[in-house]
Order: sequence, then structure tokens, then C-alpha cells
Amino acid sequence: MNAILIPHTWVLALSAALFTIGTLGVLLRRNGIAIFLSLELMLNSANLAFVAFAMTFAAQPGAAVSALEGQLFVFFVIAVAAAEAAVGLALYIALHRVKGAIDVDRVNILRW
Amino acid sequence: MVPIVFVIAAVVAVVFAIITVAHSSPVINVLSLVVVFFAMAAIFALLGMDFLAAVQIIVYSGAILVLFLFVIMLLNIRSVERLGSGRRVQALLGTVVAVGVGAVPLIAISLLTPATGAVYPGALETGTVVPIGRALLTTHLFAFEFITLLLVAAIVGAVYLARREPR
Repeated sequence: MNAILIPHTWVLALSAALFTIGTLGVLLRRNGIAIFLSLELMLNSANLAFVAFAMTFAAQPGAAVSALEGQLFVFFVIAVAAAEAAVGLALYIALHRVKGAIDVDRVNILRW
Repeated sequence: MVPIVFVIAAVVAVVFAIITVAHSSPVINVLSLVVVFFAMAAIFALLGMDFLAAVQIIVYSGAILVLFLFVIMLLNIRSVERLGSGRRVQALLGTVVAVGVGAVPLIAISLLTPATGAVYPGALETGTVVPIGRALLTTHLFAFEFITLLLVAAIVGAVYLARREPR
């Protein structure tokens, strides 16, 4: 095992920074694609936190969990993100057909 | 050496994440998110998680973001707005909420003692495809099979939603 260590606080700080940027995008953008991309960024920052904690807990002596558990969570998050992206983009295509744009500010009626 | 690589990857990730969120062109948003995901794959590989690094590049950059690109080209979306060009109240409240959301974990992180929480880079015996595949098909078999069900449902739903209404 390598002797040089990365403090897991660094990984968590990067995760928090990416999550903040993603939240800003979701709240401030109005283009649907940009909101979706910011959402993917938030999902990935959560993945980074999973990885950091998995490494930390597995490194402790007598750990009940291995580093495997966190990695499996990341795997499942990626799978769910793929499903979510497929359905969300199909919704945008349907929305574009009705409204001619995917500006979320223009979707303000509950019917068509 | 290893912390330097981590810092470089982290800086690249943050800079291109800001471009992802702030640039007005959707294509540049997607392409800079590809760079962010490559930087994160580098971090995964650095921490010894080879399988996750490969999945990050193949599935996320290769499949999901290409899907985004195809939809952008299909709908011919042009740049319409820039970050914060909306309503004043929305921009102000959004910034406050986002900074608050980011500040909470940062405060929690600063309370952790770095000595107990060192991450071991380099060789990790559970980072390759063999232990992950074994765990997926034994202990986590139900979740694994359920994910396939979810993906099938998502595909059928996507086809149903995006199809043209028959006249």
C-alpha cells in the first residue's frame, strides 16, 4: 500500500464544492438542458462523497464494511442516473413538441 | 506526487463545473461536463477504484452525455440565457440557498479530524471488476436485478414519451 495519503477531507471538500456549483445551476438556470446537466453534477458529487467515506471506513482497523459497499452504491447511482436521463430527455422532446422550447419558465400551465 | 495529481484533477473539475453551469451554449455545457467526469474518473483511479473509473468514462461520458448531445442536436437548441439573467429575486435566493447548501457539509468536514480520515491511494484489492462482480451477483443480487427492471421501465417510458402522437 502506498505511503502517501490523501486526506479524505479533501475529497469531501471537492464533493461539497461540486454540489454547490450544481445547486447554483439548478436554481439559477432556466434552460432545461442546463438544469439537467447541473443535476448530473450534483449526483456525481454525491458519488465522490460515497467513495471518500468508503475508503475511510474500510481503512479503519476492524471495519465492519469494506470499500466495496461504497463502490456498489456509486454503481447503482450511475445506473439510476442513466434511467433518469433517458426519461428526462424524452420529456424534454415531448415538451419541445408542445411548446417549441425547453425554457422551464414557459411551462407554467398545468394543461395543454 | 499523488496529492499533486489529486489537486490538479480537483481544480480541473471545479473550473469546468463552473463552465458547465455558467456558459450559455448547451453544447459547451455538455462538453465541459465531459471534462469534469474525466477528472473525476482520474480521482477514482487515483484512489484505486479502477472499475468505477472505467464505468465513469464509458457509461457517463460515453453514453449519458452523448444522449444529451443528441437531444441538443435533435431539438436544435441555441443559447438563450446566461447564468443569473433571470429574475433578480430568483438569482438572489438561488445563490443564498446554494451557498447555504454548500456551507453545511464544509462546516461538517472542517469538524472532522484529518488524522483519522486518511484515504489510501494506490492499490485497493476491492477496486477491480472481480470482487465487484462477485458482490453484485451474490450479496446485492436483488438490487442488481431490480436495476435491470428500472432500466427496462425507463427505456419503455422514454420511447412512449418521445414518440409522435398517431393521428
